[in-house]
Amino acid sequence: MDFFDRFTIPPHDDPMLYASIVAIGLVSIAIVLGVTYFKKWGYLWSEWLTTVDHKRIGIMYIISALLMLFRGGADAVMMRLQTAVPDNSFLDAQHYNEVFTTHGVVMIFFMAMAFIIGMMNFVVPLQIGARDVAFPRLNALSFWLYFAGAMLFNISFVVGGSPDAGWTNYYPLAGTEFSEHVGVNYYNWALQISGIGTLMTGINFIATIMKMRAPGMTLMKMPMFTWSALITNLIIVFAFPVLTIALLMGTLDRQFFTNFFTTGDGGMDMMWANLFWIWGHPEVYILILPAFGIYSQIIATFSQRNLYGYKSMVASMVIISLLSFMVWVHHFFTMGQGAVANSIFSITTMAIAVPTGIKIFNWLLTMWKGKIRFTTPMMYSVAFIPLFTIGGVTGVMLAIASADYQYHNTMFLVAHFHNVIIPGVVFAMIAGLIYYWPKMFGFLLNERIGKWAFWNIVIGFCLSFFPMYITGLNGQARRMYTYSEASGFGPLSMVSFFGALLLAIGFVLIVYNVYYSFRYAPRNVGDDPWNARSLEWATHNPVPEYNFAITPNVNSSEAFWDYKKNGHDLFKGEIKDIHMPNNSGWSIIFAGIFFVFAFCFVFHVWVGVIIAFAGIIGCLLYRSFEKDDGHHIHKEEIEETEKKFGGAK
Amino acid sequence: MKLKWAYLAILTGIAGLLAGCEPLLVLNPKGPQAETTANVIWLSIITMSFIVVVVLVMLTVILFKYRASKQDPDYEPPHIEGNKYVEGIIVTIPILIVAFLSVVSTISTHQVESPPEGYAEDEPVVIYASSSNWKWHFSYPEQDIETVNYVFIPTNQNVEFRLYSHGTISSFWIPQLAGQKYAMADMTNYLNVVAEEPGEYMGRNSNFNGEGFAENEFTVTALAPSEFDSWVEDIHNTADPLTEEKFEELLEPGHLGQMTFNGTHQEFKPAPEGENSPHDHGGSSDSEEEGEHHHH
Repeated sequence: MDFFDRFTIPPHDDPMLYASIVAIGLVSIAIVLGVTYFKKWGYLWSEWLTTVDHKRIGIMYIISALLMLFRGGADAVMMRLQTAVPDNSFLDAQHYNEVFTTHGVVMIFFMAMAFIIGMMNFVVPLQIGARDVAFPRLNALSFWLYFAGAMLFNISFVVGGSPDAGWTNYYPLAGTEFSEHVGVNYYNWALQISGIGTLMTGINFIATIMKMRAPGMTLMKMPMFTWSALITNLIIVFAFPVLTIALLMGTLDRQFFTNFFTTGDGGMDMMWANLFWIWGHPEVYILILPAFGIYSQIIATFSQRNLYGYKSMVASMVIISLLSFMVWVHHFFTMGQGAVANSIFSITTMAIAVPTGIKIFNWLLTMWKGKIRFTTPMMYSVAFIPLFTIGGVTGVMLAIASADYQYHNTMFLVAHFHNVIIPGVVFAMIAGLIYYWPKMFGFLLNERIGKWAFWNIVIGFCLSFFPMYITGLNGQARRMYTYSEASGFGPLSMVSFFGALLLAIGFVLIVYNVYYSFRYAPRNVGDDPWNARSLEWATHNPVPEYNFAITPNVNSSEAFWDYKKNGHDLFKGEIKDIHMPNNSGWSIIFAGIFFVFAFCFVFHVWVGVIIAFAGIIGCLLYRSFEKDDGHHIHKEEIEETEKKFGGAK
Repeated sequence: MKLKWAYLAILTGIAGLLAGCEPLLVLNPKGPQAETTANVIWLSIITMSFIVVVVLVMLTVILFKYRASKQDPDYEPPHIEGNKYVEGIIVTIPILIVAFLSVVSTISTHQVESPPEGYAEDEPVVIYASSSNWKWHFSYPEQDIETVNYVFIPTNQNVEFRLYSHGTISSFWIPQLAGQKYAMADMTNYLNVVAEEPGEYMGRNSNFNGEGFAENEFTVTALAPSEFDSWVEDIHNTADPLTEEKFEELLEPGHLGQMTFNGTHQEFKPAPEGENSPHDHGGSSDSEEEGEHHHH
């Protein structure tokens, strides 16, 4: 029985935990039964699980991201509930620590990253007029590795115990000396395998954007979202290897008795913090740049104007990407590196405000002299501008090193980064999802329910996070599971809790909107429901498998607008056979074996590790010798599909 | 347009709350270091509010003026590529603001990293503050006493806290007296603190370090130098001596409440500074520079 002891969770007297175990079990059974009942296993396998189509992979990323949003959101509501009143005992300290750790990890790695990568997957090949990404099979593998990592992380809650050292996972707290149970092993391995997936995405998209643009689309004629995706993926390729190595060092420390981050025997705990943030700060821009790209598309469309200052938009993103690698020390000004080092990093950090400011003013000037329509995606974009400005200027405040000695580790910091990530990334992803929904599924989401969700989310956001600026200045450290009544944090924390509830209602309304629109929304929205401008709108809704029947001929970053208004001839030539990649079960099997490998590694089950490793090598060998030339979609078939959509494009 | 009013309502609400409450700890300084940071914070709030207001006003005007419902249905917005003067302005103004704040940041950071002005000449009172899960140990080498979870300091004298940890990384923070600094196992950090008003102040570890983190607090009592001396005298007469075994016991994870001892643990378990620092790999002048830097 000793062997199985390792899989039990550390003792909790918390009924919540057992409730979650039951809930996870029931939902899993319900999904399996549902798919079986509707006889959808075959469809699911052949159309989705084995797909290499960038659009379907994108949609799977986004569905996973939404699931993770609810998982991370449940954590958030639990945290706000626990801290709503002083001396609350809804969660004990250990459970609270696990909850905020998983909240951070899930939201950053498995929600935000998946959302932006999903969005890039769906939109980028369409925006550049390509048939798919450069390496479709690798793309599927990226998704399944991400998914394996996310699932591995989520089972930690019920098998063995969750990590509890914060999403930043600082050593020595995360070392075996202070965190004996397997939680941090889960952290290391879940992030390791999903991180490998992300790294491959980075390589894939750089190759796609550099090599597969439609004829005529020079770099400076790419739509802004594609620009943001290119720069984001360059940052990914430079930053993620640092995380890979840091996680490996952590694994060696925890599982093979090395001393990279220990406090004795020559180890150095500060090195983890440095490595983590050398990856971690660029990561912030990996998240925000695609969001900027989405806003650029949406604001131009609904202002009915071309994007103001295209060149300075591109230049500012390039500058941001360079600066993003030069600021990591601002995450620990208080480590004692002295006034000179801190002043330098303080200045590089504030310098980022300049290119970001240029972008804010360019968006404002895009709306200037426009014809602004308040659709739901546009409302998120309009709310983003002032809210992100507030988040940005508090960032400048935090960048002043002397003042940071007072903000560091407090709720002020928590307020700041939620103030940039939620209106920045989350609003952008929701807005982008609503905007591209007709491209994905051929119908629009209901605008009335969408606006209800919007108001709940915006007001909920303000109520949740603005009070934290104040409690932070009043001395409330972050990550405290409770506080005394005398501290005076009570009333504002209660306001935060109400804000969290409004946010939760908003997100539930978005899901309800999907259900409602799926049932009742009209299906004849046409190919251009928003009067859009860039190339992705030049094909049908929903997009056919091959994207464009005829490869478009591009003249500007707004090729579709020029086609509509200025008589640009977008589709020269005629329909020919199209070469497409084949579906394959290889990716999901490979990622499945990786999951087993990582799971066994977490629990030191070496036999399993060796067998799974052999399986990984086997998969690589199989792929190396596999012959797969793809297939052709024949001309007649394409013509028939195009006829159904009412004419070739 | 409801949007704008919602923001305004929330902002006014927050301003109201701010005005109605007791002064916030960080903005209610009782010593020169915290006063410097409080002034910098106010200065940055004012500068930053200017930017927020400019953006809000521009956004409001543009949304009012160019919304589709107000315009001629035939209106076709113009194609505008950009304008080098406009773009010049939106680059120059942020650069000026950032340059100004860079100067503020550099000067104030140097200020709070050194002994405060007017107190630099006198020998500082040295107190080692070391953390263990989830306690603070204060050793007074000069006075030869040690306290747990509370610290007495004389007013109007520079107190040099020497910070380190017996395990996890923690952060030593007394919001009303000075900004925080990390206490770590393999090096010693220095924090200069002056209290100009007698009183009791909240101090805590602000860096998450496990299960007992929320209660990882201590109290700081600032009192007149003569009272401080008699407090020390009192301890010499009444407190038990701190033995090595006793100290090892204290290091066990948990909460202890406040305790007082004669003698310090520095004698048998010295701080990681100078030759006792694990990263002082002999020969390097690291520790000397460190010392020089913090004692000028």
